[in-house]
Amino acid sequence: MRTLFRVSLFTGALLLCAGASGAEQSVTPPANDDCLACHGDPSAKRANGSPVAFDETTQKTFAKSKHADVACVDCHQDLAALEEFPHPDSLAKVNCGTCHDTAQEKYSKGVHAQARRNGGMLAAACVDCHGKHDIQGAAEPSSPTNHQNLPSLCAKCHGNQDIIDRGHIQIGNVAAKYHDSIHGKALEKSGLVVAPSCVDCHGNHAIARKTDAASPVFRRNIPATCGKCHTGIKQQYDAGVHAAALQKGDSRAPVCADCHTAHAIQRADTDAWRVGVAAECGSCHADVVASFKLTFHGKVTELGFSRVAACADCHGAHEILPASNPASLVSPGKLVATCGKCHTNASASFVRYDPHPNPANYRRGRVLWWANRFYWAVIPACFGFFGLHSLLWFWRSRKNGGRS
Amino acid sequence: MSPETAVTTMHIRRFDLKSRILHGIVMTTFLGLAATGLPLLFSDAPWGRALARLFGGFQGAGLVHRFFGAVLLAAVVWHVGDALWRAFVRGERGILWGPTSMVPQPRDFVDFFQQVRWFLRLGPPPRFERFTYWEKFDYWAVLWGTGLMGAAGLVLWFPQAASRILPGWMFNVALFVHGAEATLAIGFIFVVHFFNGHLRPGKFPMDLVWFTGSVTDHHLLEERAAQYDRLVRTGELAALVVAPPTDAQTRKGYVVGTVGLTLGIGFIMLILYAVL
Repeated sequence: MRTLFRVSLFTGALLLCAGASGAEQSVTPPANDDCLACHGDPSAKRANGSPVAFDETTQKTFAKSKHADVACVDCHQDLAALEEFPHPDSLAKVNCGTCHDTAQEKYSKGVHAQARRNGGMLAAACVDCHGKHDIQGAAEPSSPTNHQNLPSLCAKCHGNQDIIDRGHIQIGNVAAKYHDSIHGKALEKSGLVVAPSCVDCHGNHAIARKTDAASPVFRRNIPATCGKCHTGIKQQYDAGVHAAALQKGDSRAPVCADCHTAHAIQRADTDAWRVGVAAECGSCHADVVASFKLTFHGKVTELGFSRVAACADCHGAHEILPASNPASLVSPGKLVATCGKCHTNASASFVRYDPHPNPANYRRGRVLWWANRFYWAVIPACFGFFGLHSLLWFWRSRKNGGRS
Repeated sequence: MSPETAVTTMHIRRFDLKSRILHGIVMTTFLGLAATGLPLLFSDAPWGRALARLFGGFQGAGLVHRFFGAVLLAAVVWHVGDALWRAFVRGERGILWGPTSMVPQPRDFVDFFQQVRWFLRLGPPPRFERFTYWEKFDYWAVLWGTGLMGAAGLVLWFPQAASRILPGWMFNVALFVHGAEATLAIGFIFVVHFFNGHLRPGKFPMDLVWFTGSVTDHHLLEERAAQYDRLVRTGELAALVVAPPTDAQTRKGYVVGTVGLTLGIGFIMLILYAVL
């Protein structure tokens, strides 16, 4: 029945268009040719005068697209049942799920679909990522969903301040952060395809919020997500005290993103990162960092120089263990070796240094406590005495016309 | 001061060349040590980083700091050695006790009492000898401070060697003492010493005696009446008369003094900015 209809339409179109689209007819399947009878005719116009024909690019890209062999009406199903042509200007929405049911099911659970259901029509639908007539497989280097092109694809919205504002995207411009990150530079600048793009951490169709326990970027899942690539680090992390706390359900336990950030990940050997890491540790270990800042290590670090020891240099970065654990870098048995990384010839006497001194704690260091007491008495006494002496002198000299 | 005496102004030597060079070394190294040490002491201040960068980062600042520290320490060791040699080998007992000695003695307490009385308008000003009590305090504070900070500085400079004789927690004590003593020294020199020696009415803007080495006789009489009387009485005054400082010398002294005072006051402002 449909074939008969198409043939009759085709005949009618031929009469109307008088072979103007002859070139396309030889390369496109007949069914689609029926559509092209109008949509390939540059002279065909709508009532408002706009051209009906697809532009040349669309025609070419469709021919090379993943759907080159798919009939127009397979997607535009409302036209399959239509008897009268030309069809109305506005067509029914294409339902990709007719064929791609798995992807659509996943998508429907994701943040984009949720946003659209709540009226946020700026949120990405299938075509926003995959395109329409030019749809390509992700394996194609020119596909927007190709691994190398994904950051730019997501950046269409997540790097567009206008859409971020209008769409109330709370995380802000993550595309810019990613772009300048070690991952972004590796993938976008160096073409290093092992570097992750957005979907490697977030998934693709079923993108879930970080508050969703099933999301790969949910707090407790982050070590596993990063560990997909950073296997060795994951093993170290898992052996450390932070992973243990996380396992116990302590939501304050740091995961990868707490120190490294989520999107703006930088090399860990840069000065800026090494200098900044104490602040990260200090967000939980405030008193420990405060005592660190009393030391030469802490002061030089605070001045912005990274040549001296910061937290990770003594405690390790990922496999952090309490000093009571013999495997810890700061356990009594390992201190000489740990300090010796910088201080060659460090001895048992040398490592009696307190890297986290507290002058107010008598039991932690008696001599330091006394020194602190002494200077807290001497400095105010000295300045108080001579301050008063100078003030009196000044006052007296002025009254005395400058005599000493 | 009558016009006749003003015409016959004499210049009396107060500091010999050795003492002036020593003051010059202490002044230069002290300013250098403050400039390179303050960034660490006030590492959280916004200017700390900039000041450290000025010396090529903490390593450059550390290098300059250790250089100045070594020079100051050497100068002080030389000075102490010189003083001891003069006192005990050459037998200049005046160094150890008496009106020309730096050693505090009963008259200093009397002077202090009289000075306070004068401050309160309850009596005449004291008749000072060669060194006033506040000058002796300055002297011993610098000597004590240099010794203590030098020792602490050496412990921090050579930690491995120091740890052979001292336990590691002494590094904590050494750093703390070095910083606390620095706070004391910087505050004392750039406020108290600057006021007493240079900025107070009668001296303002600065006293160049550390540079020229001499004071006028009426200045001496006014400021150190007891010393003046003693020098006249013993007839030593004539031997101490020197040529007046040349204009060029005075000019140089003002330039160097202005730089020193400005830097010192600048450091105090930075500290106040960081603390307040």
